[in-house]
Amino acid sequence: MKVVLENLTKVFPPRNKKGDDVIAVSHFNFEIPDGQLIGLLGPSGCGKSTTLNLISGLETPTEGRILFGDEDVTRLSPEERGVGLVFQNYALYPHMTVEENIIFPLTNLKGDRKMTKEAMHEKAVEVAKLVQIDQLMERKPKELSGGQQQRVAIARALVKIPRVLLLDEPLSNLDARLRLQTREELRRIQRDTGVTTIFVTHDQEEAMSISDLIIVMKQGVLQQIGKPQDVYDEPENLFVAQFLGTPQINVFDGEIRGGKVWIGGEAVLDADGRADRPVWVAIRPEGFIPDENGVFTCKLDRIEVMGRDVSVVSTHPKMTGRNIRSIVSAEYRLNPGETEVRFNLKPAKVRLFDKESEARV
Amino acid sequence: MKKNNLKAWLYLLPAILFLGVFMVYPLIDVCVYSVEENYNFARQSYTGIGLENFRHVLSDPYFVQALKNTFLIVIITVPLSTGLSLLIALGLSSIKPLKNLYQTIYFLPYVTNTLAVGLVFMILFKNTEYSQAMVNLLITKFGGTGVDFIEGPYWAKMFVMCFYTIWVVMPSQILILTSALASVNQDYYKAARVDGASSGRIFRKITLPMISPTVFYLIITGFIGAFKAYSDEVALFGTNLNAAGMNTIVGYVYDMLYGDSGGFPGYAAAAALVLFAIVFTITYINLAMSKNKVQYM
Repeated sequence: MKVVLENLTKVFPPRNKKGDDVIAVSHFNFEIPDGQLIGLLGPSGCGKSTTLNLISGLETPTEGRILFGDEDVTRLSPEERGVGLVFQNYALYPHMTVEENIIFPLTNLKGDRKMTKEAMHEKAVEVAKLVQIDQLMERKPKELSGGQQQRVAIARALVKIPRVLLLDEPLSNLDARLRLQTREELRRIQRDTGVTTIFVTHDQEEAMSISDLIIVMKQGVLQQIGKPQDVYDEPENLFVAQFLGTPQINVFDGEIRGGKVWIGGEAVLDADGRADRPVWVAIRPEGFIPDENGVFTCKLDRIEVMGRDVSVVSTHPKMTGRNIRSIVSAEYRLNPGETEVRFNLKPAKVRLFDKESEARV
Repeated sequence: MKKNNLKAWLYLLPAILFLGVFMVYPLIDVCVYSVEENYNFARQSYTGIGLENFRHVLSDPYFVQALKNTFLIVIITVPLSTGLSLLIALGLSSIKPLKNLYQTIYFLPYVTNTLAVGLVFMILFKNTEYSQAMVNLLITKFGGTGVDFIEGPYWAKMFVMCFYTIWVVMPSQILILTSALASVNQDYYKAARVDGASSGRIFRKITLPMISPTVFYLIITGFIGAFKAYSDEVALFGTNLNAAGMNTIVGYVYDMLYGDSGGFPGYAAAAALVLFAIVFTITYINLAMSKNKVQYM
């Protein structure tokens, strides 16, 4: 099911009399194509969970419309919208068994949609097999591991075959190894069911690795929407550039002057005809090529060996972070006693942003 | 190891001493009294050992009346007070404006002096030489005929009695249930809404099981408390409860010990043990019945 948000805005009243309104989501416009896995990404408190709640129907928007396909669902309850929602803490009913949890949405059906006990059981077994928990049907949630609990929550959300599946920080309660495994699992389940799935995360790596599309938010405002690689390669503003990628992109205080990009006293790149102005020069860690005759000189701090590649940590007077991290091939050997390191830059890994608006130049 | 044991006993000594003197010894004493026939405090003598005391108590019409009253109070007040408290607590937890005001109002009876409450009930229900009771005034206004609630027919007295009991026990029940409801994670309600549950089903399938330990606690303590009813009866009908026909088991025990007809510790002990047996049995049944219903998370 295609999901369209039109001018969607959610304003919360102030917590106390003196406070201001809190704008959690501000004038969202985007369209999510049918059958895709979407990562809604942003730092904590940026309004991504509110967006999810608005799509689910747990919150009503202050302004704007939500459409599933061509149907306006803005005023419909979660039940009428046909959404499945997986909570961050899973919210499994602790007094019910796994099977009772999974069939709970079915037992609430009314009228001619009512199902027999056998039909419900069959349905429960079917989704339980999909998420591979059919062996645990008689257990209570507290007798399950975190990963199993999450599968139950997903099964419960899927059992009515939702038009849209929503997951709030689905991986945040799992340990590192389980997280990796579960995100692949999530991808598989989404592919198998073909349900349009939106998940919220603050972990950019998680979002990039499994999403068809990622949506980056900041303080209630949509920053960029696109394929993970596109957003990573072509960030529209400095925030997106800094938010995606580990180690973080390196940002320098520079300027465009006379057709060249300058950082300090060095012209590091061609400006490709851009007009003269002060800019932020952002360079991805993989954009540095060590070269004895390189155009960009940094003060060497230390080298971190990571096996597959080497991380060169250096400093520069014009940098904005604490240091500069560049990732170079493991074949790179540094002469002992060196205090300076020189780089050439890969133009495709360098992005320029306006000093004032922080928009892409 | 041995030394540690000694230390442990030493630490426990004060508690054991007090429990022994004020709990265990009297308990044993009650059992002893109950089988000593015609025991006399003054002469410290008895005529024989047997079950005569129990036979007497169980065939005493006053005791039978007290038993009947107590059972009626228990059966009427426990379900009603718990049910009403639950309704009010649900109401309180779902309103936002003036919530604290309402909570305070519902809790007021708890901090009000029993005698003051008794006085209010007198104004409400007691006919005096000069005027009718307030409730009777209302009844006559709507075309009915008044009833003497304090000295009139049995059902009227029992009505006032139960009304009073429910009114007195509800505040603390409401308080406990409100906090139990507040401790249920809101995410369960959100999840249930997404799962399409109606509010009635959310209550039966989510809320009630989640707060079932609290409800169960209230039912058990409610039963025990109602079986031990006595002071509320005195507040409404005075100390001569037998004459009013509103005596309870505890009232009967008290009368046998200190009342006008006092001086019968054997009967008092036997009646107390009968009450103990009843409370024990009921509590046991409660526990057994709740085994599959109460969800301890």
